[in-house]
Amino acid sequence: MSEVGITLDSLLGQLLLGLVNGSFYAMLSLGLAVIFGLLNIVNFAHGALYMMGAYFAWIGLTYFGIGYWWSLLIAPSFVAVFGMVIERSLLQWLYKLDHLYGLLLTFGVSLIIEGTYRYFFGVSGQPYPVPELLSGSTDLGFMSLPNYRGWVVIASLAVCLSTWFVIERTRLGAYLRAATENPQLTQAFGINVPLLVMLTYGFGAALAAFAGVLAAPVIQITPLMGNNLIVIVFAVVVIGGMGSILGAVATGLALGVIEGLTKVFYPEASSTVVFVIMALVLLVRPAGLFGREK
Amino acid sequence: MIKLSLVLGVAMAVLIAACSKSDDVDEKVTDGAIRIGVLTDMSGLYSDIGGQGSIVAAELAVEDLGGEVDGKPIELVSVDHQNKADIAAQKVREWIDRNGVDMVTDALNSAVALATSKVVAEKKRILMVTGAATTRLTNEDCTAYTIHHSYDTFALANGTGTAVVKQGGDTWFFLTSDYAFGHSLETDTANIVKKAGGSVLGAVRHPLSASDFSSFLLQAQNSKAKIIGLANAGGDTINSIKAANEFGLTETQNLAGLLVFITDIHSLGLPVTQGMYVTSGWYWDLNDETRAWSKRFFERMGKMPTMIHAGVYSSVIMYANAVKATGTDEADGIMEWLRNNPQSDMFGKNLTLRKDGRLVHDMYLMQVKDPSESNAAWDYYNVRQTIPAANAFQPLSESRCPLITGGSS
Amino acid sequence: MTFVRKHAVLLSLVVVLAIAPFLFYPVLVMKVLCFALFACAFNLLLGYTGLLSFGHAAYFGAGAYTTGYAMTAWATTPELGLLFGVVTAALLGAVFGGLAIRRQGIYFAMITLALAQMLYFFCLQAPFTGGEDGLQGVPRGKLFGLIDLGNDDVMYVFVSLVFLGGFWLIDRIIRSPFGQVLKSIRENEDRALSLGYDVDRYKLVAFVLSSALAGLAGATKTLTFGFATLTDVFWGTSGEVVLMTLVGGVGTVLGPVIGAVVIIVLQNELADKVGSWVLVILGAIFVVNVLLFRKGIVGEITARFNRT
Repeated sequence: MSEVGITLDSLLGQLLLGLVNGSFYAMLSLGLAVIFGLLNIVNFAHGALYMMGAYFAWIGLTYFGIGYWWSLLIAPSFVAVFGMVIERSLLQWLYKLDHLYGLLLTFGVSLIIEGTYRYFFGVSGQPYPVPELLSGSTDLGFMSLPNYRGWVVIASLAVCLSTWFVIERTRLGAYLRAATENPQLTQAFGINVPLLVMLTYGFGAALAAFAGVLAAPVIQITPLMGNNLIVIVFAVVVIGGMGSILGAVATGLALGVIEGLTKVFYPEASSTVVFVIMALVLLVRPAGLFGREK
Repeated sequence: MIKLSLVLGVAMAVLIAACSKSDDVDEKVTDGAIRIGVLTDMSGLYSDIGGQGSIVAAELAVEDLGGEVDGKPIELVSVDHQNKADIAAQKVREWIDRNGVDMVTDALNSAVALATSKVVAEKKRILMVTGAATTRLTNEDCTAYTIHHSYDTFALANGTGTAVVKQGGDTWFFLTSDYAFGHSLETDTANIVKKAGGSVLGAVRHPLSASDFSSFLLQAQNSKAKIIGLANAGGDTINSIKAANEFGLTETQNLAGLLVFITDIHSLGLPVTQGMYVTSGWYWDLNDETRAWSKRFFERMGKMPTMIHAGVYSSVIMYANAVKATGTDEADGIMEWLRNNPQSDMFGKNLTLRKDGRLVHDMYLMQVKDPSESNAAWDYYNVRQTIPAANAFQPLSESRCPLITGGSS
Repeated sequence: MTFVRKHAVLLSLVVVLAIAPFLFYPVLVMKVLCFALFACAFNLLLGYTGLLSFGHAAYFGAGAYTTGYAMTAWATTPELGLLFGVVTAALLGAVFGGLAIRRQGIYFAMITLALAQMLYFFCLQAPFTGGEDGLQGVPRGKLFGLIDLGNDDVMYVFVSLVFLGGFWLIDRIIRSPFGQVLKSIRENEDRALSLGYDVDRYKLVAFVLSSALAGLAGATKTLTFGFATLTDVFWGTSGEVVLMTLVGGVGTVLGPVIGAVVIIVLQNELADKVGSWVLVILGAIFVVNVLLFRKGIVGEITARFNRT
């Protein structure tokens, strides 16, 4: 029945919406890739950090009157500090062990965060208003796009590209890449690798929190919002491989679009399409689209 | 190796003993007291509509009864089933076998309610479901020991469907959660819309807990239907309503939430939900009695009760009345008495128990106030219509309950 | 005496199982046994092959649902129902495992999680699973058409036998030459490969065996309680089985059993005491375990015992 009225216009509209969702996937998988690159840890707590970002924005607005624009800066900073504390207090003891322990530990951390938020904020969730500057919508001819959704795409692309720029084109990024390749040698050159690791985890956490703040006006803020997303983002990461930054971003965007199209042509499968693609990629190209194995 | 295993074996036994010592307390004095179990979700998806509030509601009922029925004390126990049917079923078994629980109430989450109803029927105790919505409880899976108290999906579809068509909303498009619950809500509502003279233009199925509803809503928008029926629940309903506002659907089309609780309205806020139709079995601001009770509830919980909370209160009162009248806590006798003696309490008047286990009472069609009409927090609904008990629920003639159709149970 | 020596662990379990129903609520013990078998099956993979499957609930749930379906729709006897569940879980394990072993380490974990999530959505939407209501009212039936399992005491004996059978089988697998190859893959995959073992094949067989046994556990759980619900395929359940194994001791024979006892009893006890804090407590156990007790309860005891 949903085939009713699939016109070129509505198709374009759906593509654009897919791009919006893809932006979230891109930002989250980028954060996972950055953390994995240096720490060799798959950060299961990423969804929880994303949720924390959204909650900090809400808490800021409700209790302290901090508006959306400041929240975009403040919430990620707080979550970054939180992330760095986690890294220093818990994760740093695991670097010499099997990577699996990192996954297990961060899984535990995500349960603790989620449980705590459930206790204090309940599960029905909290609303967050669209900032005034971006309320209303723009008529694009083929659809009327809420301005805020447009902003999400622009903001996330900007963040992703600047991350890429920092890592690939700056001195700090060069240290980072060096530490990824050979931490001992990098340390020997007088670069403080543990500090670099801490900052990287903090930065990854901040990326997740930034995505959370961006999402806050679009969806209801609940303690569960992260864990629904994290499994999909894992699949995205498997498809793209965690080897390259642009790869993670491109895969995220592309899967958002594909998922959007599925919602039009066969909505029943829109929850599983990402996993099916993952299975196909594994059959054809086990290392992932942009991946280099180990 | 042998020594090691022995040590481990003993260690294990000690461990089990240490971890579960409270299980050893065997209370089999079934008739010395009336024991009521509140089975609810304290931490998961449904903890806001049930949870701690359900326990408080039951406590209020016990206080109103003076803590006893004919000199026998009423004892409350409660458990967090964590939305797991196996925890629920096993706890309820344990309650009945070991602690002598006579009646179980709330049973939020339909998987939990169905699983529990089997246990309770096997053990011949009573289950009063106030939390779960599925009509299976009074159809395929009905038992002679389950009372479906506060509402069900049919009643919600019926109330909202009929009323909205009557108000002129005669073309519908459904946004349906793609699993059994959503499908049955959609089918029930679609039938009622057609019966009332409306037409259904289409439907789109979305996955449970979809991260984004905009594409689905765009399809709904293109259908040009006057009413978009939200055949989903919880977070999905909330996110559909948010997206509908963001994309400006609400300027040209109206939303009809088919399973919306007052907590959902509270968390979304009136600006987003105003004008929406909601069907409910109870509202705190119906009359002086409900207001007085809700005030007491509010003092302890800091929020207003949902219909599930009120249902838990009512179920405890009903059960106590039946025990008082029959003088036993024997389940068959109590069920029989309740079928023959309609009850009245703060939840509603003339609450009548049908043979399929459905408790029949008035339902209410509400419309969400616009922000200027609302005078205080939680002042959310205008009662638009009282749906009389006789028309509110699925008629017995359509029942698929073996107790009614005479099939083997 | 050698018999006793060889089967010491198994025999002590028999003794514990014989005493347990007099001390504890039998239905709780049955539940513990189902999860203990599930954890043992999972441990075969993590502890003895070094593969972390983060979606093992998929096979547990597949067994649970298909057995439930066979018992309800076709009214089969319980042993055939169990068999059907085990076979389905094994087939599912062959498909998912075949995909997942194409990547290693951390990717393996993520793939198994994603595939399990896919199955979760399938179980939610499929017409025969009852959606969020679950498959309800599954009869226990008569074993071989003769023995009525409806009685809790008879069922207890049956569940105990299933558990002991599964436990014995896993024990056998671990001690067999096949098990030795698995361990060598765990220790050093490249070396096993260079020794000429078809590593992928061994991994796949281990995966299928583990899924089949997880399916058996799920199927037995369905029979015990009379229902299969979405919880059985939920990723939270996958997390729980990881936790059980971790708490008890990864790579120890008895560890997963002890872990299952601890976690299930804990959940049961916490159910009416702490409310929302259950998640936090489970998470904290995870964290403490990974940081301080990586060997788990049994692993730590064994280490102490050997030292003295």
